[in-house]
Amino acid sequence: MTTTRNQVLADIRAATARGERPGHQTHSFATDLQAEAALSPSALVHMFAERVSEYKAWVGYSTSAGLSEAIGERLALYGTRYVVPADFPADLVQQLPCVRDEQLSHADIASADGVVSLSALGIAQTGSIVLDAGVGQGRRVLTLLPDYHLCVVYAASIVLTVPEAFERLRASIQERRAPLTFISGPSATSDIELNRVEGVHGPRRLEVIIVDAPGR
Amino acid sequence: MKPDSVIIELSPEFSVGAKQALQNTQLRRNMGKATQTIRAKRATVVGELPNWESLRDAGERIKAETMAHLDVYIERLEKNIQAAGGTVHWASTAAQANEIVTKLIQATKSKHIIKVKSLTTDEIRLNEALEAAGITPIETDLAELIIQLAHEKSSHILVPAIHKNRSEIRELFQKAMHLPDLTDEPKELAAAARTFLREKFMTVKVATSGANFAIAETGSVCVVESEGNGRMCLTLPDVLITVMGIEKILPRWEDLGVFMQLLPRSSTGERMNPYTSIWTGVHPGDGPQEFHIVLLDNGRTQVLGDSVGRQTLHCIRCSACINICPVYERTGGHAYGSVYPGPIGAILTPQLVGTEHAASLPYASSLCGACYDVCPVKINIPEVLVHLRGRVVREKHSHVSGWLDPESIGMSGLGQVFGNRMAYEGAQTMGKLAQWLFVHDGYIENGPGPLGAWTAMRDLQAIPDQTFRQWWRERNEHDDHA
Repeated sequence: MTTTRNQVLADIRAATARGERPGHQTHSFATDLQAEAALSPSALVHMFAERVSEYKAWVGYSTSAGLSEAIGERLALYGTRYVVPADFPADLVQQLPCVRDEQLSHADIASADGVVSLSALGIAQTGSIVLDAGVGQGRRVLTLLPDYHLCVVYAASIVLTVPEAFERLRASIQERRAPLTFISGPSATSDIELNRVEGVHGPRRLEVIIVDAPGR
Repeated sequence: MKPDSVIIELSPEFSVGAKQALQNTQLRRNMGKATQTIRAKRATVVGELPNWESLRDAGERIKAETMAHLDVYIERLEKNIQAAGGTVHWASTAAQANEIVTKLIQATKSKHIIKVKSLTTDEIRLNEALEAAGITPIETDLAELIIQLAHEKSSHILVPAIHKNRSEIRELFQKAMHLPDLTDEPKELAAAARTFLREKFMTVKVATSGANFAIAETGSVCVVESEGNGRMCLTLPDVLITVMGIEKILPRWEDLGVFMQLLPRSSTGERMNPYTSIWTGVHPGDGPQEFHIVLLDNGRTQVLGDSVGRQTLHCIRCSACINICPVYERTGGHAYGSVYPGPIGAILTPQLVGTEHAASLPYASSLCGACYDVCPVKINIPEVLVHLRGRVVREKHSHVSGWLDPESIGMSGLGQVFGNRMAYEGAQTMGKLAQWLFVHDGYIENGPGPLGAWTAMRDLQAIPDQTFRQWWRERNEHDDHA
């Protein structure tokens, strides 16, 4: 196997030695891109909410103080048994029909009526939510198997662009080697006549509660 | 090193496959509808970003720099994946890659694997190799599943079953999943696939995937998808095996931020695809606890060594060029006889397998350039097509029979005529005399001999009574008198 490795590397070196070699860059060309014009905090949250809902996800608002109640209202709609990550904030779950993920089996998770999680950040321009296995987000399978995902996004964590998100996520990768999941709407497919149809393997219902949105 | 597997059963000639496809009216209706839908969606979301052109520039520059220093970045990637608990394998050829993957699966004793849609594993024909070893691969992407159930070949890199409409898919599912009452409502078809595959996701312990990107700086691997089948395969099994072409590397973490803007908008015409997974080696307590990655050459270093062809390796497999191509829209993907159809396939396939095995593909284009305009990393596809046509002709000339073919003789004759003023003007005079039999109202509608092939589809303007050269000379004489 070592010989194959050396063979491939030798082939690469032979191939690149022939061509011209543009200078070795230490900075990313990404940083040369013009920055987007900044939005006011409330416009930013508004854009995020609008674009998340364009993917046919439900979007609601809450204050920090009212969050437990806001979550409870949504959960009452769809079932009686939910799962939350092992480190989900205790004050949020006390009143709720939630089981903590303390080594639940895949079957246990799949049979839950839904999952509630926090998130790392939101991206306004694309209506995306990013999970980075940080506090209240749990292991990846938890937010995958149940058919319903209620995701809490703090308004302060919303950024405008994709590059800003990557800048913030650098620490998650470098300091914790965190697995990342970008979620933009519920599971969907475009495989039948290239039209987007919601609901294949991931959660078919995605709901988002934005917390402490300015001006609300 | 030469790839030891041809990509797919190459059709003898693109024109033969195309002719067959053009006679299938259902196919042409399906293709027209699908490509028009996706083109409109792409145009809308691309128009939304004011800096789209700078993004394309950045994409191109990042890729060019990566290719120039691929040895540095690939070793860096290897080191960082190993540091994160992953195992790195290298394969020069498809056969080597298949052998590595087969052995890894055999070590787990599993008789089944679940697969994330991957062009690279299609390219090396992993499924066939696994089946030969008694292992059943289960495709989990909806379109790949459709193709697998229909025992057909992919006709599009993003939506392999693009040539099938909803009622054709319904019939297939009714039989394979024993659902006689299934309707052709896309939502119901998707739900049927969900139920069918859920049991596999929960029980199969080994998965394979491709990779959209891998970050040298961090050792992270990225898979972009829609349905959630990717997330299932990347998190539920005990063992994950990823097969990745060596050109998929990006140097730095923030580079991925550029491509995550370019890819979804170019590909499915969305601001962002539903799910993107990024993992770095093994994550304790979360997902597969054994991770292998196979770094595959299979002809790529040959492409890398060609200064014009190298840009082909910049491709991020978005399929924008395929969706915009007027040739693809009419013939569909099967005519190209490769897992890589359309404009990108017409340049990638001949370079991977050698132009001698796919000599007709560089001609499967009108050189209109629409593919270049939409390419998110600005691959100059027409330039590479012309470059490869040159290679095909040179290869033909390396055989005696090549020199003796009528086109070759005609072209070298033309070369001499165009290279000499006297000969050129003489030929014009001769042409004027000879053409009178064929000219009607200034146009030749039915040319003689080999010219007939050209005029079968279009009219040829006749040589005028006064040629440009004559007019120019007379104009000068007239000026002198004035």
